[in-house]
Amino acid sequence: MTISQCLPHDSGHLHVTGRAHYVDDIPVPRDCLHLAFGLSDLAAGQIKDIDLAPVQNAEGVVAVITATDLPFANDVSPSAHDEPLLSDGRVHYIGQPLFLVVATSHHLARRAARLAKVEYISHPPILTIDEALEKNSRFEDGPRIYSRGDVAYALPKCAHHVSGRFEIGGQEHFYLESQAALAIPQEDQGMVVHSSTQHPTEIQHKVADALGIGMHDVRVETRRMGGGFGGKESQGNALAVACAVAASKTGKPCKMRYDRDDDMLITGKRHEFRIDYTVGFDDDGRLIAVDFVHYTRAGWAQDLTLPVADRAMLHADNAYYIPHMRIESHRLKTNTQSATAFRGFGGPQGMLGMERVIDHVAHYLGRDPVALRKLNYYVAASAPKAQHQTTPYGMQVQDFILHEMTDDLLKTSDYYDRRRAIDEWNATNPIIKRGIGFSPVKFGISFTLTHLNQAGALVHVYQDGTLRLNHGGTEMGQGLFQKVAQVAAHVFGTSMDVVKITATDTAKVPNTSATAASSGSDLNGMAVKDACEKIRQRMAAFLADQFGKQIEDVNFRDNQVHIGRRVLSFKKAAQLCYEGRISLSSTGFYKTPDVAWDRIRGQGRPFFYFAYGAAMTEVAIDTLTGENRILRTDILHDTGTSLNPALDIGQIQGAYVQGAGWLTSEELVWDGMGRLRTHAPSTYKIPAMADRPDTFNVSLWGQENPMMSIYRSKAVGEPPFMLGISTLMAINHAVSSCGKLYHHLDVPATPERVLAAVERVRNGL
Amino acid sequence: MATVPRRANHMNISFLLNGENVDLCNVHPTTTLLDFLRERRGLTGTKEGCNEGDCGACTVVVFDHRALYPLNACILFLPQLHGKAVRTVEGLSAPDELSIVQKAMIDMHGSQCGFCTPGFVASMTAAAINGDRDHDTTLAGNLCRCTGYQPIYDAARACEGMPLPAWLASDREALAGCGITELTAAQPRSSDALASLLIEKPQTRMIAGGTDVGLWVTKHLRDLGDVAFLNQATDLAQIAETEDAWHIGCMVTIEQLRIWAVDRLPAFANLLRRYASTQIRMAATLGGNIANGSPIGDSAPALIALGAQLELRRGADRRRIPLERFFIDYGKQDLRPSEFVETIIVPKSDNRLRCYKLSKRFDQDISAVLGCFNLDVQDGIIRSATITFGGMAGVPKRATQAEHAMIGKAWALETVHAAMDRLSDDFSPLSDMRASAGYRRQAAQNMFLRYFHDIQGTDVTQVHEVRL
Repeated sequence: MTISQCLPHDSGHLHVTGRAHYVDDIPVPRDCLHLAFGLSDLAAGQIKDIDLAPVQNAEGVVAVITATDLPFANDVSPSAHDEPLLSDGRVHYIGQPLFLVVATSHHLARRAARLAKVEYISHPPILTIDEALEKNSRFEDGPRIYSRGDVAYALPKCAHHVSGRFEIGGQEHFYLESQAALAIPQEDQGMVVHSSTQHPTEIQHKVADALGIGMHDVRVETRRMGGGFGGKESQGNALAVACAVAASKTGKPCKMRYDRDDDMLITGKRHEFRIDYTVGFDDDGRLIAVDFVHYTRAGWAQDLTLPVADRAMLHADNAYYIPHMRIESHRLKTNTQSATAFRGFGGPQGMLGMERVIDHVAHYLGRDPVALRKLNYYVAASAPKAQHQTTPYGMQVQDFILHEMTDDLLKTSDYYDRRRAIDEWNATNPIIKRGIGFSPVKFGISFTLTHLNQAGALVHVYQDGTLRLNHGGTEMGQGLFQKVAQVAAHVFGTSMDVVKITATDTAKVPNTSATAASSGSDLNGMAVKDACEKIRQRMAAFLADQFGKQIEDVNFRDNQVHIGRRVLSFKKAAQLCYEGRISLSSTGFYKTPDVAWDRIRGQGRPFFYFAYGAAMTEVAIDTLTGENRILRTDILHDTGTSLNPALDIGQIQGAYVQGAGWLTSEELVWDGMGRLRTHAPSTYKIPAMADRPDTFNVSLWGQENPMMSIYRSKAVGEPPFMLGISTLMAINHAVSSCGKLYHHLDVPATPERVLAAVERVRNGL
Repeated sequence: MATVPRRANHMNISFLLNGENVDLCNVHPTTTLLDFLRERRGLTGTKEGCNEGDCGACTVVVFDHRALYPLNACILFLPQLHGKAVRTVEGLSAPDELSIVQKAMIDMHGSQCGFCTPGFVASMTAAAINGDRDHDTTLAGNLCRCTGYQPIYDAARACEGMPLPAWLASDREALAGCGITELTAAQPRSSDALASLLIEKPQTRMIAGGTDVGLWVTKHLRDLGDVAFLNQATDLAQIAETEDAWHIGCMVTIEQLRIWAVDRLPAFANLLRRYASTQIRMAATLGGNIANGSPIGDSAPALIALGAQLELRRGADRRRIPLERFFIDYGKQDLRPSEFVETIIVPKSDNRLRCYKLSKRFDQDISAVLGCFNLDVQDGIIRSATITFGGMAGVPKRATQAEHAMIGKAWALETVHAAMDRLSDDFSPLSDMRASAGYRRQAAQNMFLRYFHDIQGTDVTQVHEVRL
């Protein structure tokens, strides 16, 4: 049994010895050229004149490429073809690539890229949500609106109301490995591209378009990324296409990696949101009607904004049944980096809006916020099916387990006693206040662009009984390759050492979806299982026939094949099958069943199932400075029947800290010209070692997925990110202890914002 | 590797790399160890994460006979390694074996994407060898975006008290027998040699720890021209004691200073613990931190509050000035051509120094505001007050109006409030990506309250002291 084992990451021994190769570590031929982009330093306007002679004449420069030198598509957009690789003359943000330097070294390319003399015609930039609204600068014709019930009718009739405005900052991915690509030209116009990407097929597609060749001429390989988090779903396109174009022009291998500052200046981040809310509720705190308006700052290009903003709307209910709900979503176009996929993909922002509402209502009523949450939860899965409720977009919630999970967590985290102790502390300590916060997660699993919910695999069994495994998923640290290898070993009843994990390769498995939406093991695990089962079936049929047994008598387990009472080693079985001219190679395929919805109307079943989680966090804040710190975190998370509990717990711990970072110390600051001022780790502060909770308890719920997912497990990549919201709820509690008024604390809750909130609450402002 | 023009200031360097002698002739002085490892040696285990010393992915272990430390290879110039031994992640275990640290990282699931892992392994190895068990501190300079740190922390715990690796002794032995190539004039062996060099070539750019100057090369892509590496001038790396003062050489590293200050100036030591990261503190020097004149350098406000003086040297001439007078304006220090900061003199006194550092992140972050308070209170009356802030002006600066409002007054909350009210006469801070002007002002004022409560010792006043 290799399923559900706590095996370490398959590359662990390579990581710790420095032998794991990332794109920049791949040995390259001596004549490899290196690229750098020349970047815009104006947010909006037109290039009037550009003098590239100093760049061309700089040491080591082999070529300088501009838009006019591009033979085919000047486009690296994953969606709306609105993202030129190199400026077509128009300038959309500070950091936009204007030209491409090809040089003999990385340093010389970077150095030369700064030597261009650019004259611009400057336009007033649109930088903020307010400016975009004022100029009606947006993607799509107008706001998307999803609604259920009749908010306009129900809201005024409610006994109580609260309303507010909540600003939610973006987030830099800060994958430790910055974006990188390497293109190696092949004979007959072929191109091999190594790319640090979550989406090799899209790289293949964009490279083919840029070179005017077919996808069959391009092979993209990705062994691993040094972190992705969504930031390498579309943002690697530019580097890969640049390398391919330069390699095609020069006939030499070309490599590009962004320096960290360039990476942060050029690439997209998590979408910043503003959420306006008006809520009506009864005396008990039962939410009757909620009206949300989402404004998101999407940056200059559409990229993945539409599905991100959709997912925010689809998570605006989080875990609560609200009879009347309306969500209006504005996707605003601004002269800043194009916001992109980031773990949760809009879900965190949508969910945070609802958690803010609950927090506000609980404060208004003076109720325990956990009790209020439980009161508003969807009906439990255990209730009769007829009582199951639907989401605002009309999907029935049949698997709701947060009632039980919450009760369990309240007990294990000793919530009520600790809350009492905290209240006592706060009554006697004038400077340091403590707070405890709870938040639940209900996260929808599936790509909302339904056709993406498919995956392929290619499995070979060799005559010596070893397996080589390939699928469309990419490895960015999440342990996908190990989980999928566990599936393959499980099907054949072999040990893990029999299975060789290989790089994702578009020549082996075509037409893959991005490794995104937490779908990696759900989709690719199933595709690999399908491929393995086909081979196993053929082997079993052959062996049964050989030994005069029925196919049902053939069993694969413990590195052996049992045929009735006869036992062969798996190796021997493979050899016999080979000699018997049995095909020992197979593709596999999977598509998620039952998902279908209308994204314009916001109706249907976008998700195969929901993943659940609950977190309790305790913090301390300093009311003199607003500094805050996590003291203890307890998490109970639902991964169904985990494929690998150790890897799942790793995902949960990491996601929680990343989520807490988003809501506390990670602040993106642009100046009035549109220049990102926080473009390096010196100014952009992701959590460090001491920012993890002092006490950090993570448990898995362990109940199997009622849906037929891969061995009844559940997706784990994104859902636990939103457990970080409990950190904010705890800070809210601590701030609220300073006075009577509601705090209206925006995020990230930096020391500065927390102190301002403390002052508001204290002074009744 | 960048092909660089052959220059007169190229250097010859010898060091030990993973147990092998490396003798380099005619090295461009600002070649970083990271580039050398990755591009010339094919040692790609050491990673570039940020290229500015803030993420730790490039951490390597550097040592000689006296000490062993983790350093960031991305801002470490090859001449700084002269005469030292370097172990990269590839050299921490025998081929086909795993070191104790490496094994612990696998067992605890300490790697996910694996990109930060070599740097963590190097830092953890250094900490385990040095017997450091404060892992929040030793690993503050290594960022991980995947794990949330808990498994890495657990791995670090598991390595406490591990036996010393075999390579440590063998490398030290090899170092002893290793013929160090002759130093060039750009590697002065003493304060005297440095003084002469600067008289001869006043344009010389001095490189001490390189943690600031390194970024001029890696980020600003500047050519530094003539440089001098001060790390061979061992007489500048001493701390001497007289009857009434301590004399701290400019090449004393921040970490050396911190350890020294633990018993003598505990509040200063606590502040220095939050000065950048372990890797940076091991490289950065006190002289460098002061001479570069950053308005947010963390050492100066505390030293000013302690009444420190500088001894500046030009050729054979030395002059002594109060540290606070050294900082004239943003980017402008009282430093004449050919002159250098030789010694920092800290008077011995009973002090009530407290230092409050405020930043978005607790560890390894640049101060938004740093307030250093030192009051002398006798019989309930404030006899003297030295209060210095960083981050509130273009230079580290005293709050003279606020000080005046306190001197001669009773040590009481009313006096503190009166001083707070005067703070806006002392400072007009700026807004930037770290904090707004208003917040800086308010937080600086509140530091007076904290100082009062701290000295009174009545309440828990620091969020980082709260433990469940």
